[in-house]
Amino acid sequence: MLSNKERKFLEDTARRLRERIVEVTYSCGGTHIGGAMSQHELLIALYYKYLNIDPTNPRWPNRDRFVLSKGHGGVGHAVILADKGFFDTALLDDFNKTGSPFGMHLDWQTVPGVDVSTGSLGHGLPLALGMALGGRQQGLDYHVYCVMSDGELQEGSIWEAAMAASQFKATNLTAFVDRNKFSLDGPTESIMALEPLDKKFEAFGWRVLSIDGHDFDQICEAIETAQAEKEKPVIIIADTIKGKGIDFMENQAAWHYAGVDAAMRDKALESIRKMK
Amino acid sequence: MKLLLPQPQEAYGPYKQALIALGKANPKVVVLGADLGVSTEIDGFKAEFPDRFFNVGAAEQNEIGIAAGLAFEGDIPFVHSFGVFLTRRAYEQVCVQVAMHRANVKLVGVIPGLTSRLGPTHQAIDDLALMRTLPSMTVIDPADATEITQLVPAIAEYDGPVYVRMMRREVPVLFDPQAYKFEIGKAVQLAGGKDVLLVTTGMMLSNTLKAAKALEDQGIRASVLHSPTVKPLDSQAILDLAATCKAVVTVENHLTAGGLGSAVAELLGDQLPLPLKRVGVADTFAAPGSPEYLFERYGLDATSIVNAAVASKMVR
Repeated sequence: MLSNKERKFLEDTARRLRERIVEVTYSCGGTHIGGAMSQHELLIALYYKYLNIDPTNPRWPNRDRFVLSKGHGGVGHAVILADKGFFDTALLDDFNKTGSPFGMHLDWQTVPGVDVSTGSLGHGLPLALGMALGGRQQGLDYHVYCVMSDGELQEGSIWEAAMAASQFKATNLTAFVDRNKFSLDGPTESIMALEPLDKKFEAFGWRVLSIDGHDFDQICEAIETAQAEKEKPVIIIADTIKGKGIDFMENQAAWHYAGVDAAMRDKALESIRKMK
Repeated sequence: MKLLLPQPQEAYGPYKQALIALGKANPKVVVLGADLGVSTEIDGFKAEFPDRFFNVGAAEQNEIGIAAGLAFEGDIPFVHSFGVFLTRRAYEQVCVQVAMHRANVKLVGVIPGLTSRLGPTHQAIDDLALMRTLPSMTVIDPADATEITQLVPAIAEYDGPVYVRMMRREVPVLFDPQAYKFEIGKAVQLAGGKDVLLVTTGMMLSNTLKAAKALEDQGIRASVLHSPTVKPLDSQAILDLAATCKAVVTVENHLTAGGLGSAVAELLGDQLPLPLKRVGVADTFAAPGSPEYLFERYGLDATSIVNAAVASKMVR
């Protein structure tokens, strides 16, 4: 259970950085804003409460690893990395512009704090598993966290890694599904149904925790349960809302990737400021 | 009931012992397999170093992902399957996770080209092409047991992604292990005739040497350059030797498109236009069959190399 102070800090930080994502989206002409909003609380909880990292030493060998398998959520990740001090926040003014360090999908070679480049779906979980096994191999006790989209669970490679993670008892790996129920073309369940998702991962040998992905108490409790689990890899299926916090974007597949003009930006910021 | 198992030919080639020796020398080396332990000659390493061995099952995409993740953390993963599966099956993983990250992963694909008896799904006739077009990838196609034994520690020493076409079981010894020194990116000259340059890679060295002898009997003197590294190509050695000859023939156990023949054509086209013939599999998938039959049918035998060399001199 979070203290009131802790919860307020996380919520304030989430709100402040949501606004930053909107500003970046306005200045660069378009981002994957819908999914950046749905994954947001998961990343905030990890970066502001759990990840053992050092922004002054991004490649510190003992750091916890973070893999954003849904690489298109890069704008949300970049805003957090800047706020944590991995690089100058002013660099975000040129997000995804020619000559900037940022593509829409973050590159480990140009963006400090990014452990691996992602962007093609279905790659993150196998990589995260390899990084977890590598930690075990080196005798390091870091933890690997991997955030996946729900749409990318349609990729077969995810399920190859799901089998292997339980086979190898990779308990230093925790995966998340940002279950916002939409992919680019529309609702996941009408395109290629994923449900019953919890039973699928259970059948693959995972411990499954289902939570509200915008509720910090539930997110933090789930992460702590995952950290304590010593038998199975843990997957946290986070029920989320695509476009969360921006009333005119919520649950709209059209906001998978889009830009905002000045009027929409102001409306979006107003909506975010009304969040609890 | 007793099963009629295939007669045990020579069960292992030089790779098995080379990998075990590397495991002893370098504790960072880890080995991944995809349910092809004996077939890829990694069972010896597994027995010796069980804690540094991962069998991921028949799942090559995940095999590449795990290997890249291990490499990010400082291990040196040697990844195994049939060449076709590492390259065709997991191509995007190899591209994004290994090549794009310059991950220190060594891909070892066994059974080169038409040496597979299992038909076109198992014949890696396009692996050199697929791997050669990946930026940052080094591509090696060894000719014999000496090169295999020497290249294993050499690629572990080199920091970056490598694809090796691995021969297994009965592998000839062509180079004297005492005298020969394999180096990544270096070609080896074996004959110095001035009429035609034969550039070859991998196991085709044997037939190329036979062809050079047959050409000599016809009064045609050939240079022979063996290029075990297909990428980066030893451009200087090829240009220097080509400049002394009237025509060039490339020889590979692979499609004529995309592999050594294409690499040499690109080099000569850019810097030293000369008549060129490429010996290899034409634009087709091959039938199943014995390697001897397939090499003759698809034009990889010594006679085909001789014919190409004779034809190359007529181009001008």
